[in-house]
Amino acid sequence: MAQDMIRMENLSYEYNSIEGNNQLLAINNVNISVKKGEYLVILGHNGSGKSTLAKLMNGLLLPTKGNVYVNGMNTRDEEKIWDIRETAGMVFQNPDNQIVATIVEEDVAFGPENQGVPPLEIRQRVDDALRIVDMTEYKKHAPHLLSGGQKQRVAIAGILAMKPECIILDEPTAMLDPIGRVEIINTIKKLNKEEKKTIVHITHYMDEAVEADRILIMEQGQIVMEGTPREIFSQVEKVKKLGLDVPQVTELAYELRKEGINVPQDILTVEELVKAL
Amino acid sequence: MLKDITIGQYFPGDTFVHKLDPRIKILIIIMFITSLFFIDSFFPYIFILGFILFSIKISDIPLKFVLKGLKPLALIISITFIINVFFTKGEVLFKIGPLSITKEGLSQATFMALRLIFLITGTSLLTLTTSPISLTDGIEKLLSPFKKIGLPAHELAMMMTIALRFIPTLLEETDKIMKAQMARGADFESGNVINRAKNLVPLLVPLFINAFRRADELAIAMEARCYRGGENRTRLNELKLNKQDILAISIMGIFFGFIVSTRYI
Repeated sequence: MAQDMIRMENLSYEYNSIEGNNQLLAINNVNISVKKGEYLVILGHNGSGKSTLAKLMNGLLLPTKGNVYVNGMNTRDEEKIWDIRETAGMVFQNPDNQIVATIVEEDVAFGPENQGVPPLEIRQRVDDALRIVDMTEYKKHAPHLLSGGQKQRVAIAGILAMKPECIILDEPTAMLDPIGRVEIINTIKKLNKEEKKTIVHITHYMDEAVEADRILIMEQGQIVMEGTPREIFSQVEKVKKLGLDVPQVTELAYELRKEGINVPQDILTVEELVKAL
Repeated sequence: MLKDITIGQYFPGDTFVHKLDPRIKILIIIMFITSLFFIDSFFPYIFILGFILFSIKISDIPLKFVLKGLKPLALIISITFIINVFFTKGEVLFKIGPLSITKEGLSQATFMALRLIFLITGTSLLTLTTSPISLTDGIEKLLSPFKKIGLPAHELAMMMTIALRFIPTLLEETDKIMKAQMARGADFESGNVINRAKNLVPLLVPLFINAFRRADELAIAMEARCYRGGENRTRLNELKLNKQDILAISIMGIFFGFIVSTRYI
């Protein structure tokens, strides 16, 4: 229990329409626990409830039923809400809409400024955060002149400067070009491996899930599959039935097997396939 | 078209003027504007001109750049000039049809036009030498004593920062929507004024909808980053007054005091 970063118990969330007569059950009786230091990927196609789940994780939304605990704190507890948001930082999809200030370093400082950190320590945290995401040389730049991947890294630095133990990323690569996506994925890996942050990464790109410790697949507000990337992606047919893809290499291996070539089921990377062949 | 506006633009530099505390600069500009309206003869204009030229010189801004800021306001300046020339009564110099130009009119017109020119160049010096961030910081700090009577100083400053942050983003978006609509046959350039205004509707509707969506997302992102208003908030770069700031404001105080006093001598 103590090592759970985020724990969700019998969690349900319902959206109400304005008239109050139409309800949409976005999350349906979900139990999840995220361990400290874990790299968890949540997959699911549009409307599967994954973004709602993310917002429930740091108290931006409160559950209709059930409870969410972040590091032992219940998100229903109003007094703890700021502690919860300091513990579980959140990065959103559109980098443009989460950058507040007109200079990169001012924006990174926004979080710690809100926390009331003394100016000298803010300076230290800003420099550290920008170094981790490799954006130090841009610290005096205006955000609108940066590329999408760079903007998203600034947004991640903004969260890092708050020193959260856990970072929730809600489709951080959905609006980026392929180069930007690679930049962000490398940054996320670095955060998990070197900075020991717990990562909850929500996405619908299968290729990004390969590096995770554990994958959850959501469908209509429920967890339908759970396991390591190898366990999940070896069940090619089941994943496809859920309207999702498997990584390209895994797919290729699957097709090869169908044609009678003997390759293992759980191929995840190009190197593995090369070796097997 | 939208990129030519120099008013409110920042001209980066590392001079004495750039480094002055924004609060001091704002106060100096307020003194400058007040004294400008106290002047009632041509003589003190020499000092004002001297002050402006001196400030431009020590802040390393090309004179051309400052004068460019006058361009969009040239029309207002000329209208002021013309109205004053023709509608001031006094000793007639010469007549054109029903209109007459008087000696007093000519002097009054020059006087008013100069006042406008000084007003514009003086205030644009403030924005040219102060980055938007420190300007809003300065305004927030200067207004903070009025918090007691319910003035939301922090909120105003935050709104200004966000507005400044989103100006380039929204301009880019306008451009994108415009091109998308033009690709589908929209026409923004021909027709009379009313037709043109009507044609702007397909541009404005998506722009506003997007702006509202952005505002919503930004608010959630700010909350996720623990934003809870101005209380207990610290700053990365705290404003601090040093000796130079005190010196600058004292000298300027005396200077503008002198200019105001010329009215009563």
